[in-house]
Amino acid sequence: MYRYDSLDHALVAERVAQFRDQTRRYLAGELSDDEFRPLRLRNGLYIQRHAPMLRVAIPYGLLSSAQLRALAHIARRYDKGYAHFTTRQNLQYNWPKLEEVPEILALLAEVEMHAIQTSGNCVRNITLDHFAGVAPDEIVDPRAFAEILRQWSTFHPEFSWLPRKFKIAVNGSVGDRAAVLLHDIGLHFVRDSAGEVGIRVIVGGGMGRTPIVGHVIREFLPWRDMLTYVEAILRVYNRYGRRDNLWKARIKILVKSLGIEEFRREVEAEWAEVKDSPSTLTDEEVARVSAHFAPPPYEDLPAIDAAYVQSLADSRSFSRWAERNVHPHSRPGYASVTLSLKKTGVPPGDATAEQMDFVAGLADRYSFGELRVSHEQNLILADVRKRDLFALWQAAKAQGLATPNVGLLTNIVCCPGGDFCSLANAKSIPIAEAIQHRFDDLDYLHDIGELDLNISGCMNSCGHHHIGHIGILGVDKQGAEFYQVSIGGRQGSQAALGQVIGPAFAAAEMPDVVAKLIDTYLDERHEEELFVDTVKRVGIAPFKSRVYGAGHGRDGEGAVSPVSAVA
Amino acid sequence: MSQIIRNRRVEEDSWQTLGVQAGEEVSQLPAGAVVVPLAVWKARRGELLARGQVGAWLRPEDDPDELADDFGILPLIAVHFPKVGDGRGYSTAVLLRRRGYRGELRAFGDIGRDQIHFLARVGFDSFGLGVGRDPQAALASLNDFTLAYQGGADDPLPLFRKRALAGATPR
Repeated sequence: MYRYDSLDHALVAERVAQFRDQTRRYLAGELSDDEFRPLRLRNGLYIQRHAPMLRVAIPYGLLSSAQLRALAHIARRYDKGYAHFTTRQNLQYNWPKLEEVPEILALLAEVEMHAIQTSGNCVRNITLDHFAGVAPDEIVDPRAFAEILRQWSTFHPEFSWLPRKFKIAVNGSVGDRAAVLLHDIGLHFVRDSAGEVGIRVIVGGGMGRTPIVGHVIREFLPWRDMLTYVEAILRVYNRYGRRDNLWKARIKILVKSLGIEEFRREVEAEWAEVKDSPSTLTDEEVARVSAHFAPPPYEDLPAIDAAYVQSLADSRSFSRWAERNVHPHSRPGYASVTLSLKKTGVPPGDATAEQMDFVAGLADRYSFGELRVSHEQNLILADVRKRDLFALWQAAKAQGLATPNVGLLTNIVCCPGGDFCSLANAKSIPIAEAIQHRFDDLDYLHDIGELDLNISGCMNSCGHHHIGHIGILGVDKQGAEFYQVSIGGRQGSQAALGQVIGPAFAAAEMPDVVAKLIDTYLDERHEEELFVDTVKRVGIAPFKSRVYGAGHGRDGEGAVSPVSAVA
Repeated sequence: MSQIIRNRRVEEDSWQTLGVQAGEEVSQLPAGAVVVPLAVWKARRGELLARGQVGAWLRPEDDPDELADDFGILPLIAVHFPKVGDGRGYSTAVLLRRRGYRGELRAFGDIGRDQIHFLARVGFDSFGLGVGRDPQAALASLNDFTLAYQGGADDPLPLFRKRALAGATPR
């Protein structure tokens, strides 16, 4: 993975000093709350329900074991012994003290980490396919480009006060595991017929209050032009994006109001001015950064490991875990492993300091000392020998990290919700837990098959409910917490936004509602058909009538979907 | 007379900026050097030039290209920041410098020491800080960072084109 040189270190050290001074001036009364707010947000520091929340950047989701140990140490020393992995591959501490944040940042800097631009109206942490570099369907390893973008966006002087936050996702495989269609900018690395590396550039996607699938603004952008083209998009957005209404300030609204053709004309005209400027990437720079992502010292192994095959045959629970949590790898004899942070009874994405230390140990022992955070809030060991899988599974199981549910209903993606977040309309963690309890029968869960269930506690949609096969959104009705349900959303290259099935439900009804949706699916499904495909084929009507009962849920009844207007 | 930061020093401001308050008409021109809104500059260009020292200032939404023919005769162009979070003026500065403006480029309004480093990087060389903000204390923040990943008005080369020159050593 990328290692800082002396210059990268110097820059982060200067940021720590700057924020230390800003915090000092705030505590001394030299900066007002209003003045300090945008400064602390640029450093991922929120004032939450119980205490400040600090969001630490995990650039494009890659971590070393040393970094994970440092994060565990901070959780113990400055927090309550745990932390939360987010859908943007970041990490959040829920209980740090404001005056101790500069110390935390200094500790992070020692292991080449920071909280730069993890909030605020600026370019946020770049997100990436969590199988980048090891996926069998990879076209281009995009990790070096993600790091180059991280550096370019860090303290970009012109784009630090944008109309709204700005999220860039990067993917380099046939399949899309980074949701490039649902970001402000999605960069999908591809090759042309001559094998040259380029980028399919997507703009104006996003979730939130107005979910929109992005538009392709350029089919094939040569890789050298990556930074100048992104610069042109951001300049057009910075100049013309709306600033009068928080809810209409994202780039997707600008693209929608201008239309993609006009927006493209503006961007191309601006790009003509900056194309071939010194920001044009060089072979040397890409080679320099790519060297940090050179393959680890893999062994030459047979594709099939006899001991692994034997273990699969011997242990039903091991094979069930392998079926869900072990993923193919581009090297023979290797696999990638998801360590699930979705054990029933534990808030999705939460990990204790002990678990973090333990996973760091597993990474050292089994995966060259590195790991990844997925946008589904799990941890991934990317480079495990197949022969080690059984031992790894046993070790992970003992720490509650081997729930065999990746891709299944209980692998719930969930924001911290009203238990922690001051933006939330409703709690989300107890809903996730109640649903996990209802579906605790593993055989049943496997029979239901692949199903993404996403929960957001408010319209900011940190739980990505729009792209859940089943999406649950917390809403406020006269001060009470209710839950709106949508079905038919999906991530990936066929990204789609879910449709709301009708009026919202009380919290206690939610496990039953999900159960009725599943029953409908089991009645309606064709063989081998996923839940989301059944929804696509039969529409939402049968699901509605089962959930709301006879006489309810006829077409045209119930809540109007904000999604259908734009989908 | 208020104080400004200019060329990395605190100085008395010799310019009077007119028409900033909402509803403030620019009719009578005071004696001395004045900075007028873009619309006033366009409407009364000849009169203003005959009178003496004059500069123009831009709102966030103004198109900097409207001044492109006047770069040679405007010793000062100022860009207003009505709210700290309105970042359009940063792009305005980039465009003015790119089009070839070489005179004094001033940021003024709701800005303080925590903004001026980035403002300097996009091409501003003078700063009129918000009310009650100490320009002397702010001077130090021009040096909050000694290096940057991107190119800027101060140096068009991004760090990746000069890492070795900048003394990068592995850690």
